[in-house]
Amino acid sequence: MRHLRFCAAGLWLFLALPAGAAAATLEVPYTLFKLPNGLTVVLHEDHSVPRVTANMRYLVGSGREIPGRTGFAHLFEHLMFEGSVHVPEGSFDKWLEAAGGENNGSTSFDRTNYWEDVPSNSLELALFLESDRMGYLLGSMSPGKVDGQRDVVKNERRQSYENRPYGLANETILANLFPPDFPYHWPTIGSMADLTAASYDDVVSFFKRYYGPNNASLVVAGDISPTEARVLIEKWFADVPAGPPVDPVTVTPPVLREARKVALEDNVQLPRLYLAWITPAAYTASSPALDVLASILADGKNSRLYRRLVYELQVAQDVSAYQWPANLASQFRVVVTARSGHTLEEVDRLVMEEVRRLREEPPTRRELDRAQNKIESSFLAAMERTGGFGGKADLLNAYLAYTGNPDFFNEDLSGHRAISPSDIQAAAVSYLPDNARVVLSIVPKGRTDLQAAGGER
Amino acid sequence: MTTRRIAFAVMVPTLLLAASAAAEPAPDRSAPPPSGQPSVFRPPEIQKRTLTNGIQVFFVEIHKVPVVEVDLLVRSGGLSDPADRPGLANLAADMLDEGAGSRSALDIADEVEYLGASLSTEGGWESSSVELYVPVERLEPALDIMAEVALRPSFPQRELDRLRKERLTQLLQWRDEPRSLSAVAFRQGVFGASQRFGLPLLGTEEGLAAIGRADLERFHNTYFRPNNAALVVAGDVTPDKALPALERAFGNWSRGDIPAPAAPAARVSDGPSVTLVDRPGSAQTEIRIGALGPSRGTPEYFALTVLNTILGGSFSSRLQQNIREEHGYAYGASSRFEMYRSTGLFYAGAGVQTAVTDSALFQFMKELNAIRSPVSAEELSRAQNYVALSFPGDFETTGQLAGRVAEIYLFDLPEDYFARFIDSIRAATIDDLRRAAEKAIEPGRLEIVLVGDRSQIEANVSKLGLGPLRSLTVEDVLGKPPKV
Repeated sequence: MRHLRFCAAGLWLFLALPAGAAAATLEVPYTLFKLPNGLTVVLHEDHSVPRVTANMRYLVGSGREIPGRTGFAHLFEHLMFEGSVHVPEGSFDKWLEAAGGENNGSTSFDRTNYWEDVPSNSLELALFLESDRMGYLLGSMSPGKVDGQRDVVKNERRQSYENRPYGLANETILANLFPPDFPYHWPTIGSMADLTAASYDDVVSFFKRYYGPNNASLVVAGDISPTEARVLIEKWFADVPAGPPVDPVTVTPPVLREARKVALEDNVQLPRLYLAWITPAAYTASSPALDVLASILADGKNSRLYRRLVYELQVAQDVSAYQWPANLASQFRVVVTARSGHTLEEVDRLVMEEVRRLREEPPTRRELDRAQNKIESSFLAAMERTGGFGGKADLLNAYLAYTGNPDFFNEDLSGHRAISPSDIQAAAVSYLPDNARVVLSIVPKGRTDLQAAGGER
Repeated sequence: MTTRRIAFAVMVPTLLLAASAAAEPAPDRSAPPPSGQPSVFRPPEIQKRTLTNGIQVFFVEIHKVPVVEVDLLVRSGGLSDPADRPGLANLAADMLDEGAGSRSALDIADEVEYLGASLSTEGGWESSSVELYVPVERLEPALDIMAEVALRPSFPQRELDRLRKERLTQLLQWRDEPRSLSAVAFRQGVFGASQRFGLPLLGTEEGLAAIGRADLERFHNTYFRPNNAALVVAGDVTPDKALPALERAFGNWSRGDIPAPAAPAARVSDGPSVTLVDRPGSAQTEIRIGALGPSRGTPEYFALTVLNTILGGSFSSRLQQNIREEHGYAYGASSRFEMYRSTGLFYAGAGVQTAVTDSALFQFMKELNAIRSPVSAEELSRAQNYVALSFPGDFETTGQLAGRVAEIYLFDLPEDYFARFIDSIRAATIDDLRRAAEKAIEPGRLEIVLVGDRSQIEANVSKLGLGPLRSLTVEDVLGKPPKV
């Protein structure tokens, strides 16, 4: 996720003057404790609606996979919904829905997260379900369940990647940006061959190694009494035995030393250019500047790339730029779809001209104010919602994992607000060079003439 | 494929093992813990006010985060497009913030973003809207820009040319997207190309080419009138505080005569029919099955809501369980009733792997037939609980609140609609659902659209004998690639 926001009942927030660098102070009060088995728990009250969310984050993602088993962490995420010893297959969803609850899960490089949003009177049901699959998953696991979700995940790969225009862009970028032994070299969805190879034994060993309470954190937020919530959490999670300690992933920081040109032909009408750079790990000193830089480049009609390529020259249909944060290394990406009659060589030249301008000269104060005010509003918007992906509970859990401080909202916002024009220039110089990037061209079948040369400019 | 009995069979021994290995006493896991009584839902109070020109303002206060959402809703959209200008309403809405008063497109974007606000404009089928989200401290300057955009758009020729090109390019890109293709082909099948509803909301190449500045002005002048519109304000602000600014921004807007809306769309084919749109090499077949459906005003709204939850509107629904979990044909399968003031659509669908297209279709038809028989009491109560108990969650954010209140205005719902919602859902009986299903879902009259690799699926699909099968190319559905 890109950034965070917040503020809740009992929080404080000061917004400064209309326009100009504003100053909001955000605070999300919480209680943190740890169970003897190592499960970290964070509680946060917000009584605006009679709902509660339980957000469980396991510190394991596709970055822990081994070659030949790519896609496994995500396949495993699916299996977590298929029942556990005291939850017959199919009942996880049935029981939650019968209680007015929603649930979902997702997998990234570094973590797998799960949430249940339920009416406040059903918090205990959510805790029972989460604790049962943490403590008692394997007792009900079977090769048949693995096969069933293998099919579902393969269909997910077909639907979201193979049958979708430009759907193979991400895995192609990762394979070229990161070296083969780096854990982000492959996508979380994995390859068809590896999904076929995943076995019941893999499920057992993965669960034992990574799904212990000591490798997880639980945020319970919403319409709760913290005292009562704590009693219930202890009741349902205390008997889950700790797993083995999980050592952090150790890797050599990835370095790309060339402008690597790659091209794919796809069932598409228009060519699309993807540029990708390796940037420092999430929540490090350069992260806010890279977020603001992305906004200055491509968010809004007046942003550098949108204005030049889409609005004025009209050589592109759309443009986006974003920082994709992760534990071991982040990525900065620029994506542009060219209009008919324009080549990706032309598009790449224009994009890099604009990047170069930012390397040579800082952005204006006005550009920075616009970007920072928009980012601040996005923090506020995130404070409106407690559950689901990107709600306060999810963000408390993410901040905890990345910074050790669940209520990192204000520091994060302040970090974005403290960026100066020269920080943007410095970030463009350090992180967006011409000669260390992936230049991926996806072109209509038979139109390799449209691809970018991708050399130094 | 997987069975629930396995899970039950291993339950006891594993429980004992786990309990003896753990340091803490295990809680009783023999049954899920019962939920207590749900809190009584008190819907947010809607405070109605009127500006001097008669425009209604619906206020909902929520003092959690210092932000506010202000939406201007206009009760006209694409269904009011002239026959030779499909796409006009949608383009007119998109053009509102491309120049207004003395401000250029770039000025508007710059000022809005400088305020940390977001301002969006949208043209739907039966409504158009201008939506503002802004930190409450900056509401007044943002409202000034919003009013300029909504009331005094200048529709610059240069921006019109630019957006037209953007739209034609979008029409071109739909060729790449199986789901867009199935949506367009399905509407064509149900309504035919001679009714506005049978063509894309975005319009057609010919329609877009014909639209000039004068058309945009005429559309805006005709339909953007206070007697055809309302304002919704949701957020950290009181009516007393916001009314003067709203009056300044919108109070001088003058009323006008609004042409009567077009007659409701009629179904053109009598079904059943199978349309196969050939997309060679597709990894999946995109299935969409449905028909003309009830409009939002149907007295069976609540029964249909519960019915759809059981059929394909929740994770534990029949379609999701059958197509995804039991058979592994798809990543997900769902169904919905898409309701408008004047008409509606019902459809179910999924993206299924090519090789099992016929088997998946067979299962879809099985479920669409079965849903016309009485559902079980367990299914009824699970679906009623799901809809009723999750309802309060729709009132958490300013955006959600504004959206729910907009529903009341745009669909002429009673003022106590939210207060009665939960009871109305709970009142639906098995018999109500059966009657609603029999009327809304007629398996012998369905439009079936398949977008996929014809050479792989046609023979097996014809064997199912679901109705006359016609094969189309992408060009048959979308026309020749637009010249951009």
